[in-house]
Amino acid sequence: MAILRVKDVSKRFGGLKALSDVNLSVEENSVHAIIGPNGAGKSTLLNCLVGKLMPDTGSVLFDNNSVLGLEPFQINQMGISRVFQTPEIFGELTVMENMLIPIFAMRDGAFRMHAYETIASEKGIVEQAEVMLEEMNMVDKREMHAASLSRGDKRRLEIGMCLSQNPRLLLLDEPTAGMARADTNNTIDLLKQIKEERDITIAIIEHDMHVVFSLAERITVLAQGTPLVEDTPENIRGHPKVREAYLGEAA
Amino acid sequence: MLGLNKKDTSLLIVVALLTMLAPFILNPFPEGSAMAQFNAGYPDLMQRFVIFGIFAIGFNILFGLTGYLSFGHAAFLGVGSYSAVWMFKLLSYNVVPAIALSVVVAGLFSLLIGFVSLRRSGIYFSILTLAFAQMSFALAYSVLSNPKFNLTNGETGLQVYADDPQILQGANAPDLPHLFGLPMRSTYTMDLGAWSFDFNAGYYLCAVVLMVVFYLAIRIFRSPFGMMLRAVKSNQQRMNYTGLNSKPYMLAAFVISGMYAGLAGGLMAAMDPLAGAERMQWTASGEVVLMTILGGTGTLIGPVLGAGFIKYFENIFSKINDNVLHSWFSFLPDGLEDAVVFVIHPFIGKGWHLTLGILFMLVVIYLPGGLVEGGQRLRGWFRRKKKGADDAPSGKTEPAE
Repeated sequence: MAILRVKDVSKRFGGLKALSDVNLSVEENSVHAIIGPNGAGKSTLLNCLVGKLMPDTGSVLFDNNSVLGLEPFQINQMGISRVFQTPEIFGELTVMENMLIPIFAMRDGAFRMHAYETIASEKGIVEQAEVMLEEMNMVDKREMHAASLSRGDKRRLEIGMCLSQNPRLLLLDEPTAGMARADTNNTIDLLKQIKEERDITIAIIEHDMHVVFSLAERITVLAQGTPLVEDTPENIRGHPKVREAYLGEAA
Repeated sequence: MLGLNKKDTSLLIVVALLTMLAPFILNPFPEGSAMAQFNAGYPDLMQRFVIFGIFAIGFNILFGLTGYLSFGHAAFLGVGSYSAVWMFKLLSYNVVPAIALSVVVAGLFSLLIGFVSLRRSGIYFSILTLAFAQMSFALAYSVLSNPKFNLTNGETGLQVYADDPQILQGANAPDLPHLFGLPMRSTYTMDLGAWSFDFNAGYYLCAVVLMVVFYLAIRIFRSPFGMMLRAVKSNQQRMNYTGLNSKPYMLAAFVISGMYAGLAGGLMAAMDPLAGAERMQWTASGEVVLMTILGGTGTLIGPVLGAGFIKYFENIFSKINDNVLHSWFSFLPDGLEDAVVFVIHPFIGKGWHLTLGILFMLVVIYLPGGLVEGGQRLRGWFRRKKKGADDAPSGKTEPAE
């Protein structure tokens, strides 16, 4: 069953047609990659999924509910978490606090005025955050300010924050952009491990072919705002149209 | 204690001791001595220390936690004062309903202003709050003061007149603000040798209120809600993508700080039953920003220190005049004495703003964390020095072995 359905989505920026009639469906519990050359409309598509942009036409259904016109926080509350290209974390807060916030958000919803309780009294939430830190291998960094983490750790923390909410769909926007090879491989391993341990759907936008081919089960190739082909990694590799539009540059 | 951790409990105890013993602490110099003019332990000034401390604590909940800089908080202070005086006029001189109403009205007013201003962030938010505050000032100063509808009494300021209804004012109740019969002005003066200490009922009311709201501020700072407010400051994008709606969090912080300001305004009127429009002017809003930054933005005790510091300067430093200077430097040769006084002259008396401005610049440049950071650095420096002294002997023995 498809958990995310994108139907006939178009988006125009002035004279530029960023997306034209994009159709795409992401199967539940799969890892789906969206690749394409620069300017293919990958980020625009992603922003249409999370409520940052409103497509001109078409529909986006998550679990058969439309997400169009909703605020990012509402879409998150439906079960979609997003990892950004440059890690978006709470830099001035400690690693532990970073982990607590999404868990509070999941339990209490978009707003709750819990101004008189202390954080320590929320034992269940603290425990969940500790488990998640353990899983992300960051227990020893819990009192550090998130801004002082290394790039790889920031990414780890961000993924951990997203996972702590048990999302049904995890969206990753070029998660290894600008990373050294070792960090990239760590991130790939982490994502593989996440996939093995949980029922989660992962949609990933990526530039790096190494990452795409080590993770994805399905690949959609986007070029000039339209999906060119959608297939398994093996078939994508040899596809003449894809070579021409994308891989050809590198080959 | 009281659900606080050890560090916060000791902070609360320190604040309690400082406020309760303020009449002693602020009057260290004997009466009639040359230094007596630096004594700040008279009721009027002590009340102002505490009231502006409350104002700054509230402002810090908004600015320190969320990073949203409001330039219009004096409007809430003014609204609080007007509400309190209206309570004096209509009900009675008892300060309890007056202070309660000032908090409620300031809360409602800040809900309205916050709802509109928080549609924008950064500098635009600051400008919107400034605009609202100046509009409130204009309303209070002239628009809402006309023969048909006189809410604020304009330039003269709102005050209680003999023909006001005061429907609950008992026949025996004091004819000035009181707490169930205890007049706010009543002062007990204790003479100890050359020293004299004033214990003022109004001051102690303010001090108790300060302690309560300081405690509440600690609770807010340490609560999940406080953490969310810091998250707003740190990364609003991540917050929204984490399923949190930052708008109501900010509005709640805005209203809470507005209520603190209203409380300060109400207390001000309770100490002196008069409310003027100048309390709402933008300079008053700017003052609380200075207090918070000077003391240490985002710290618990900082705003109180900043408020005390600025009020001390305003009231004590401004009293130093050339005569005082001449008496200080009279040991110098005549020509030199005049020269020194001439150099210092622009910085004292009416020039206290100049000194304050320089100090403010120095703090912002060298101590971005305000006076609190200064204190921390000083402590660290002493610790290292002490540690160094302990280490020194062992360093000497090593080569001998």
